[in-house]
Amino acid sequence: MTARAETSARRSDPAPGMVEKRGSALWLTHVAMILGVLVVFFPIWLAFVASTVSQPEIARPPMPLLPGDRFLENYQKALFSGVNVPVAVMLFNSLVMATGIAVGKIVISILSAFAIVYFRFPARSLFFWLIFLTLMLPVEVRIVPTYEVVARFGMLNTYGGLIFPLIASATATFLFRQFFLTIPDELAEAARVDGAGPMRFFWDIVLPMSRTNIAALFVILFIYGWNQYLWPLLVTTDPAMNTIVMGLKQMFPSGDDIADWPVIMATSILAMIPPVIVVISMQKLFIRGLVDSEK
Amino acid sequence: MATVDLIDVKKRFGPAEVIRGISVAIENGEFIVIVGPSGCGKSTLLRMVAGLESVSDGEVRIDGARMNEKEPMDRDIAMVFQNYALYPHMTVRQNMGYSLKISGIPKADIARKVAQAADLLQLSDYLDRKPRQLSGGQRQRVAMGRAIVRQPKLFLFDEPLSNLDAKLRVQMRLEIRELQSKLGVTSLYVTHDQVEAMTMADRMIVMNGGVAEQIGTPLDVYERPETLFAAQFIGSPAMNVIEATTGNGQAVLANGAALTAPAAQAGPVTLGLRPEHLALDPDGPLVLEVSFAEPLGPNTLLHGRLAGSADAFTASLPGVHRLSQGRGQVRLNARPGDLHFFDPQTGRRLA
Amino acid sequence: MEKRVTFQGWLLPLCLITPQVVISAVFFFYPAAQAVWQSLYLPDPFGLSSRFVGMGNFEYLLSDPYYRTAIGTTAVFSGLVTLVSMVPALFLAVLADRLIKGAGTYRTLLIWPYAVAPAVAGVLWLFMFNTRIGVVAWYLGQLGYDWNHVLNGAEAMGLVVVASSWGRISYNFLFFFAALQAVPRSVIEAAAIDGARFWRRFFTIVLPLLSPTTFFLLVVNVVYAFFETFGVIHTITSGGPQQATTILVYKVYADGFVGQDLGSSSAQSVILLIIVGLLTVLQFKVIEKRVHY
Repeated sequence: MTARAETSARRSDPAPGMVEKRGSALWLTHVAMILGVLVVFFPIWLAFVASTVSQPEIARPPMPLLPGDRFLENYQKALFSGVNVPVAVMLFNSLVMATGIAVGKIVISILSAFAIVYFRFPARSLFFWLIFLTLMLPVEVRIVPTYEVVARFGMLNTYGGLIFPLIASATATFLFRQFFLTIPDELAEAARVDGAGPMRFFWDIVLPMSRTNIAALFVILFIYGWNQYLWPLLVTTDPAMNTIVMGLKQMFPSGDDIADWPVIMATSILAMIPPVIVVISMQKLFIRGLVDSEK
Repeated sequence: MATVDLIDVKKRFGPAEVIRGISVAIENGEFIVIVGPSGCGKSTLLRMVAGLESVSDGEVRIDGARMNEKEPMDRDIAMVFQNYALYPHMTVRQNMGYSLKISGIPKADIARKVAQAADLLQLSDYLDRKPRQLSGGQRQRVAMGRAIVRQPKLFLFDEPLSNLDAKLRVQMRLEIRELQSKLGVTSLYVTHDQVEAMTMADRMIVMNGGVAEQIGTPLDVYERPETLFAAQFIGSPAMNVIEATTGNGQAVLANGAALTAPAAQAGPVTLGLRPEHLALDPDGPLVLEVSFAEPLGPNTLLHGRLAGSADAFTASLPGVHRLSQGRGQVRLNARPGDLHFFDPQTGRRLA
Repeated sequence: MEKRVTFQGWLLPLCLITPQVVISAVFFFYPAAQAVWQSLYLPDPFGLSSRFVGMGNFEYLLSDPYYRTAIGTTAVFSGLVTLVSMVPALFLAVLADRLIKGAGTYRTLLIWPYAVAPAVAGVLWLFMFNTRIGVVAWYLGQLGYDWNHVLNGAEAMGLVVVASSWGRISYNFLFFFAALQAVPRSVIEAAAIDGARFWRRFFTIVLPLLSPTTFFLLVVNVVYAFFETFGVIHTITSGGPQQATTILVYKVYADGFVGQDLGSSSAQSVILLIIVGLLTVLQFKVIEKRVHY
């Protein structure tokens, strides 16, 4: 399956034999493609426009479809006052949570995958299957008992409570295991002959060779962590611990009050910027990680 | 530099015995080639010397000291792998210096030793490249360099040339041999290629089915093969083998042809005749019905069957021979001294 | 598949594996076991004690009309999400695949929505369809259609389906595009020489070659619709109106946290657990097939 991630490079040769690609057909394809992109993009565009206009402009439909002049004002208000808590605080919480999940999961996974692949030790296959089992169950399914565990540990409204339950899954372990199995045996043997013990081999050979995998996994896990909703909703009752994705919903007033749409929309835009930047800037890695992690 | 002693070394994987007791004493500075078909256990034997496989029975000694329980790194050896096993993320310099860095040698010394080795192997211009930027032959040299910077007691080569193309193989063969005699380091070299074995070895170990069929110098093995297997494995094209009966200074084949043989032989034998030891002789007892000829230039291979026999038979004659359409009959003879006799039951050489 | 070479020792590997094992035990196995255990008990109304009821919670659940409705809702919802997220994605991928130049740019633009969290996507779509100020709702009104997903269950379902599928289009597009790029040129050209025109080639050659990817995405999208759309539903409809958009995962939350009905919520978790198990097995079967593809 890795092969398919690399295929985009394969067709670098624009063969003259490519069939039916001339004149009007080509233009039609471009037009259809652009229409498709516009439709897919429209919600984001509208959110951006809403984040640059004033509340009355939105409250009297139809709202304008081009940006207004309230950009700075709205974003400033969102970032530093917010509704319940400044969005800057929520952004920080999200950053800690997403990074914590990505780093934490990578660290525990790469260590256990290394142990499983390169050692034979008692109960190895038992551990392997235990870890494997955790592939099967998203946190959504076990929320009530997991919540109780976190509460008992006094981890409500803490970063630990946000992070730990979400790294208890074996996807990354599996991925690293698959990768380690592709490292030629001779490399470990050469290292042994060169005098490297297991941990030295891990630091000097395995870790540098896993760089791309680690980076790709980081992108995927960062977005996974950033976009969590249900779990932060349960664990963070204190607004100061809210993450931006779940805090967004908390900005809607209960009852019939009119929501502060420009600020809410500015917050939506802020909530999507970090993951979008990560995805766009690391597109190649991201696609590779995505395709690999679904293996 | 070191001596290596294998004393009745055995290896079992579960119930299967893949090395069935091999003993050899290797002298200081010797170049030993372990040769045999795939699956004969030659790599396993080498890996046991390296410490990458445990020894089930018997003893491996380096410089007289028992090595069975020692880690590879404590055996003072260096190994060149078939796929080179270069660390892909390190430069040539880092690859070559890695073992020195682990043993805590000062940076300046590492740099000096790497530079020396690189110079010896003509790698000085490539020190900052990654393995993937090198050609096959260069990677091979880096693997060699990684081995020699450590100045180990013992070099181990596991089919190091089998990933190279034919021309480069010949060249690297010479280079490795030259380097080894320059450094004088005892070496064990595994290959399935009998030409490599013949050209490189001080002594070779011919292995088959986990057993050493013969241990000796290349010419020993060629001239006096101890077993039918060694006889057929070494030499190209392979030795012809025919059932025969000896007595009265003659070897009589099943088809009635009679060759002059040393008088001492008597009884049924398996007769071995190297293709290159056959000569044209208008009165020769062997009639070869040639089905096709391969003119190689320096010599010509004639393939066919002996008259009245069903087994394939090959003769190699010096120079060029033009047979009409490559077919026809030729009469051949062989000198008594070039006849090899093996026990038909055990395949062992008869005196 | 196993490695030939291993390092010696057992203490070091046990240390290396400990963090993952401990975290899995505390935050996974214990809660999962707890869910199974709780599903067999019925707490009294004050939460002071509970008594063993065996399969009682399950029997009650499966005869509960609300739960049955939720099962139906989930089936409709995930079916629609899968369809709405895959068909446009395939269409866009086929278009992008026809382009030599610019395909990369379109891909970059189309990836965006994938990065948007489901909950944020919910807010964006809620904003467009808000009954009072939503731009799309307003234009629909101008056309004479009175949009009101707050009262109309079908409209609410439509809105959560579209909002859930939106980001998924990006994901499916990436996979379809990669798969299309992997279709050998020579096969397409051979078909063209045989006289097959574009759409004919697409349906007789390309689509069959894409079937492993399609099947894989089908399973993955169903899993997504089941478990990862909570944010969309919570932000847009909160399961309403009249539970018209209450899918199973939402009900676990609503009964467990809002309704505090632990026995029922745990039984629901166990049922979901079985569903995930089945889907995972299916997913692995699919992936095995893909490996040979």
